[in-house]
Amino acid sequence: MMEWLQEFPKMSRGDLREMRRSLDGSFKEFTGKYGESIEAAFDPIKDFLIFLESTLINSPWPIILAVLVGIVYAMSRNLKITVGSLVALCVIGYLGMWEDTMRTIAMVTVCTLMAIVLGIPLGILMARSNRIQSVINPVLDLMQTMPSFVYLIPVVMIFGIGKVPGMIAVVIYAIPPMIRLTNLGIRLVDQDVLEAADAFGSSSWQKLTNVQLPLALPTIMAGVNQTIMMALAMVVVAALIGVKGLGQPVLNAIANQYLTMGVMNGLAIVAIAIIFDRATQAYGKRLQKHSEVIHG
Amino acid sequence: MGEATGIEVKNLYKIFGPNGKDMVQKVKDGMSKAELNEKHNHVLGLNDINISMPGGKIEVVMGLSGSGKSTLIRHINRLIDPTDGEVLYGNDDVCKMSQGELRQFRRHKTAMVFQKFALLPHRTVMKNTIYGLEVQGVPIKEAEERAARWIARVGLEGFEDHYPNQLSGGMQQRVGLARALTNDADILLMDEAFSALDPLIRMDMQTVLLDLQEELHKTIVFITHDLDEALRLGDKIAILRDGAVIQQGTGQEIVLNPADQYIADFVKEVNRGRVILVDTVMDKSKKLESGLNVQSGIMLEEAAKILAETGQGECCVVNGNGEPLGVLNVQDTIRAMVTPASH
Repeated sequence: MMEWLQEFPKMSRGDLREMRRSLDGSFKEFTGKYGESIEAAFDPIKDFLIFLESTLINSPWPIILAVLVGIVYAMSRNLKITVGSLVALCVIGYLGMWEDTMRTIAMVTVCTLMAIVLGIPLGILMARSNRIQSVINPVLDLMQTMPSFVYLIPVVMIFGIGKVPGMIAVVIYAIPPMIRLTNLGIRLVDQDVLEAADAFGSSSWQKLTNVQLPLALPTIMAGVNQTIMMALAMVVVAALIGVKGLGQPVLNAIANQYLTMGVMNGLAIVAIAIIFDRATQAYGKRLQKHSEVIHG
Repeated sequence: MGEATGIEVKNLYKIFGPNGKDMVQKVKDGMSKAELNEKHNHVLGLNDINISMPGGKIEVVMGLSGSGKSTLIRHINRLIDPTDGEVLYGNDDVCKMSQGELRQFRRHKTAMVFQKFALLPHRTVMKNTIYGLEVQGVPIKEAEERAARWIARVGLEGFEDHYPNQLSGGMQQRVGLARALTNDADILLMDEAFSALDPLIRMDMQTVLLDLQEELHKTIVFITHDLDEALRLGDKIAILRDGAVIQQGTGQEIVLNPADQYIADFVKEVNRGRVILVDTVMDKSKKLESGLNVQSGIMLEEAAKILAETGQGECCVVNGNGEPLGVLNVQDTIRAMVTPASH
């Protein structure tokens, strides 16, 4: 009696299977038809990644070390951060992780650039219209909470295993803070200053480039910083679908219970994360030099 | 430079709310601000404003907060769209301009100074000052040359490379003024430009503005809540209350003949010596054959000073050609300065 109260009424097993089969089938059909052309569209990015990776690995290490430390100094203008980065990179090299580290740096750099190039325009669109914001926001929620393994399934179905699906997975995971913080930064710009820009007859492009983006820059830089951190956090997951770098030894260590190997590679990821974080934060702070000196 | 064009504000209404347009007729039929708010949930911002702002002169719009004065000034460059009415500059109705025309109008005909300065914090004094010219597309080098002149004129020479944050409030507003002047526009809109400054600096800035106006003869619309400031700066003053003009005229007219008790309360504390002209108080029936002469058009306070310094009991008021117009004596001067002249 009252059977429908005991158990949640559900679709019949056959119907459910039928639904799954038809959805899977049509997606497979889709990948069969368009997979190659979608893959081809990503070729330029793939080529760039391969070029960057091979440059980092194949150039003599002292040059790369000097260039990396030089970039850190140029961004931070801070001796402590620079020396710290130098020491960290030397230790990484000495412990035999130089090549993997270079692969990871190349990957994270390309993914971050992609996230910036896609994220800032989306953030700007979102800031301009409440309607666009209400469409993009749930998508970002989905991207941030959906387990990455789930969206890896269609990505792998289209691209197979390798660098491109790895990049896509990383960018999907890392782009939301870029978009959200660009949107937030622009929305927080002082209304008085915007009114002044209007009063002097600025076009909306002039308002964007002269007022909104420069004033939102600190928030946007925080977004870049977050994006880099999240991209690094995805390195191990990306290794699952064949991205080489520091993630693979970690996977290997997990499978075989190699404690030291796992810790070493894990710490190398942490070291890179700290270098990236300190350098970008110091750079972001330097960009706002104007707001530091306060009268009186 | 020819005579500057004035601004005519005609039958201007602004009603805030989703159906502002439908409410205009109700307001025209006499519905009050409170009633409109209560029954229809719309806010009456401006109610049938008619002001003729003379070209090349300073028109002050005075009112307390909530009187609609900031709303009114934003209609002149249409930062706020009117619900009904006209704002005429020459033959052009600002309210009917397309977005493109409006942008050109704002770029070339108007410049604005803001209560909270509204400088770009990431730009230096120089880069802030050239903002208007930059938007117009003037080459940077030329823009900086033109801006340098105004930066010097407002007394900020040597601060070109400072950021606004490094300057005091008074200096920041000088940048705001330099930015507006560099635009070289006929109309200067000043929205409580000096209200955020402390009293001494405010006086100082008023002097700067009056000095500049003596050579520039721009059409200035100046918003303030300070009657002393209004009387000092205004060639003409309009007093706003609850979105409606309750009196307009010269400072002297308002002080001598306040339209209602509200304004009378306002003008009670005013230093009359600085508002009333000698011409108003002098005895026109008398002529003095010899003795002390003062110019027609000066204020009582100035005449009182001359009388006190010379120790004379009366003096002759003369016009520009030296012809006598009347006689001013010490007693009348003092009486006009201390008692409300309405009786």
